[in-house]
Amino acid sequence: FQDQAEQFLRSGHTNNWAVLVCTSRFWFNYRHVANTLSVYRSVKRLGIPDSHIVLMLADDMACNPRNPKPATVFSHKNMELNVYGDDVEVDYRSYEVTVENFLRVLTGRIPPSTPRSKRLLSDDRSNILIYMTGHGGNGFLKFQDSEEITNVELADAFEQMWQKRRYNELLFIIDTCQGASMYERFYSPNIMALASSQVGEDSLSHQPDLGIGVHLMDRYTFYVLEFLEEIHPASQTNMNDLFQVCPKSLCVSTPGHRTDLFQRDPQNVLITDFFGSVRKVEITTETLSLDRDVAGSESKLPEEELATEPLKYAEQLPVAQIIHQKPKQKDWHPPGGFILGLWALIIMVFFKTYGIKHMKHVF
Amino acid sequence: QVQLVVPMAVVFVPGSVPGDLPRPLPFRDVHEMEISVNLRASVASRYEVFYRSTTGQEEAALAAATAREADAALHPLQDTTLGSLTMYVVPETSSLLPQGINVYVGKHRSALVRAGGSLAALQARLREVAQVMSFTASSIAAALSDRVPDGQLSPDARRYLKSSLGYEITFSLLNPDPKSHTVDWDIEGAVNRYVKPVLDKLSLVANFSVDSQILYYAVLGVTPRYDKESSSFLLSAHSLPHVINPVEARLGSSAASLYPVLNFLLYVPERSHSPLYIQDKDGAPVSTNAFHSPRWGGIMVYNVEAPVSPQASLPLHVDVDMARVMGVFLAQLRLLFGLSWEEVPPEFLLESPGNEGLADWELDHLLWAHTVENIATVSTTLTSLAQLLDKIGNIVIKDDVASEVYRAVASVQSAVTKLSLGHLHAAFRASKEAVTSSERAFFDPSLLHLLYFPDDQKFAIYIPLFLPMAVPILLSLAKIVRETRQHKKEPTKMD
Repeated sequence: FQDQAEQFLRSGHTNNWAVLVCTSRFWFNYRHVANTLSVYRSVKRLGIPDSHIVLMLADDMACNPRNPKPATVFSHKNMELNVYGDDVEVDYRSYEVTVENFLRVLTGRIPPSTPRSKRLLSDDRSNILIYMTGHGGNGFLKFQDSEEITNVELADAFEQMWQKRRYNELLFIIDTCQGASMYERFYSPNIMALASSQVGEDSLSHQPDLGIGVHLMDRYTFYVLEFLEEIHPASQTNMNDLFQVCPKSLCVSTPGHRTDLFQRDPQNVLITDFFGSVRKVEITTETLSLDRDVAGSESKLPEEELATEPLKYAEQLPVAQIIHQKPKQKDWHPPGGFILGLWALIIMVFFKTYGIKHMKHVF
Repeated sequence: QVQLVVPMAVVFVPGSVPGDLPRPLPFRDVHEMEISVNLRASVASRYEVFYRSTTGQEEAALAAATAREADAALHPLQDTTLGSLTMYVVPETSSLLPQGINVYVGKHRSALVRAGGSLAALQARLREVAQVMSFTASSIAAALSDRVPDGQLSPDARRYLKSSLGYEITFSLLNPDPKSHTVDWDIEGAVNRYVKPVLDKLSLVANFSVDSQILYYAVLGVTPRYDKESSSFLLSAHSLPHVINPVEARLGSSAASLYPVLNFLLYVPERSHSPLYIQDKDGAPVSTNAFHSPRWGGIMVYNVEAPVSPQASLPLHVDVDMARVMGVFLAQLRLLFGLSWEEVPPEFLLESPGNEGLADWELDHLLWAHTVENIATVSTTLTSLAQLLDKIGNIVIKDDVASEVYRAVASVQSAVTKLSLGHLHAAFRASKEAVTSSERAFFDPSLLHLLYFPDDQKFAIYIPLFLPMAVPILLSLAKIVRETRQHKKEPTKMD
């Protein structure tokens, strides 16, 4: 009976994914890249493999020409912790981090030529951790200093994911100014959200490093990283402890969370349900007894190949065809009603005001 | 409304006919049952039974000594279409079935059932057999698991592999101690001899691709505990979930395909940690020395015997016994797909499928579950696509997206029709086509709502442009209207 009770409280997931997004570029936003890389490091340490992590960094800080310590990204001053490490695998880098690509990753509407490492191949038994950081405002998050994603779009993307059952449970963490506004509009089930600040508050950065010259981390993620450093794959710490991280005295902003869409009680949700990858395991009690004396089917080698003449490279490329191709004619569509009406109005007013005698000069 | 139709034949051996038959043989009958999935949806099942007596050939086959031989002899005389069942009712005193066994389920699509006296008892037994061999309420509910409300199914019921067009199987040999062991495994031969027959049988369900690799210096994530009593190392059951993670980072996956990957790992423990046994929850060592993880794959620990003389030169050459290893891996493959013998009642005797890996009726079991799952997936996908397109009024639907949607709808209708006629194979193929088309339509890159602006955003862009321009136009319009009115009034005034 104890076993059954445990079963119902446990999550029903079989695999874990993480989508970690840093949306700001430029050297002075070093702290956002350091934020994302610290979460990446914790998630890898707790067991999620690179093949299940989609890491999107909008700028390269480790190899930035302004970095006095190249190939490192530090999260503590005095260079205590290099979160860049030796085996970081960035899936979307630099200008590839756009709102469109982010939404494509989430909804799965990706062009067929995208490699496997850039896809979120989650199924209905996947727990997904989504972490976003950057500059944000009331209801939006800025991407690359040129575009933004609104909370409505994000909520719609999550709903698309739910419709296609691309997640079992989703944990959304956001560390930006006014971060709580981003989770206000969620309406799909099984989503838990955490934000570093409420609407109207700014998230502050933690500490500058005089050697590197920029702020290294944001406060909220700094304390979350400290919290996660104490978690190991077998720990039983639950979400309620994560909600207590970074109180107002340390963080200056008030972190918020949202659990009304989540079906389980946060008390029963382990941190490793989202940050780690603890698999369900069953002992194999059955075995097949195979007959050893069976002759196997030989592996069929393709022996018959049509004899063709070898093609020379130049022949394979019909250059003449390509360079003389005319651009495809776009179909002409008659102008729509709005444009027609507008022009009719303008012309009518023009001629009425200035007199009909101008007509014969036009026609 | 999905209706699953199973064509069944019940053949009475002379001496086994119950006394209270409603009509003389042969006659047809129909048993219907409703499987309710959630408040709104349910799946209807119909067993179309044809009761008849044996033909001369069947009688001769049933005169064999053991049930196994009888089953082999009856196989060419049976209906071999996918999804159909044949049950031979033998007299209560028949010696074909051993003592205490009431049902013998063969390798193909037939079973030998001991007569139970009255028709009602016999029908109850037949119903049980039919459920084991085709589908049960729980297997259908598990296939439709994402539509069953939470709480009705335990989380473990949803652990079988989802229906997919293909699967990739990777066999990996982990050798953490190459200094002590040189491990030789004839994986190509083993795949040809043992794995290919099973995959050929499963090729009806999906495409399989197999690859293999050897990883050196790959350690498990857990340090095993030394047990003095058995002088061996033990991995306890609750440490097993943490074993997989460090290894998983080193296992590759094919960059080109998007099919789910099943990993089967063979771990040869280090000299210093040999022999290594896996303990189950009660502390007893597991006979197969293997464990598996749903939707991921399985791991088996292969212990190398200590060398006879302690001065034997290292590295020791190890020739892996592939038959034993593949027996475990193939059993794990069956369990990952959901084919297990656990739920069979004790009075049933199941014939071992041998090197084929799975019996014909188990293949049918998979096909029923996958067909129902595919149909449910297609209807959810198309419904949600329709909702998305309704919400964004001005989205442009490309021609090929439209044609995929039409094709998906036509295929799913054909699948439901075929199911209601009892043609399982055709229904499964139609459902696979439907899933392919609907996924292609749903995940088409052009349907990103970000690319289509809602009308209010269009107004927000054009109003600042046209409003200042429109002000003089509207004022002039007002002036014109006033002038025309005055002009109309004046003639009446002058007169």
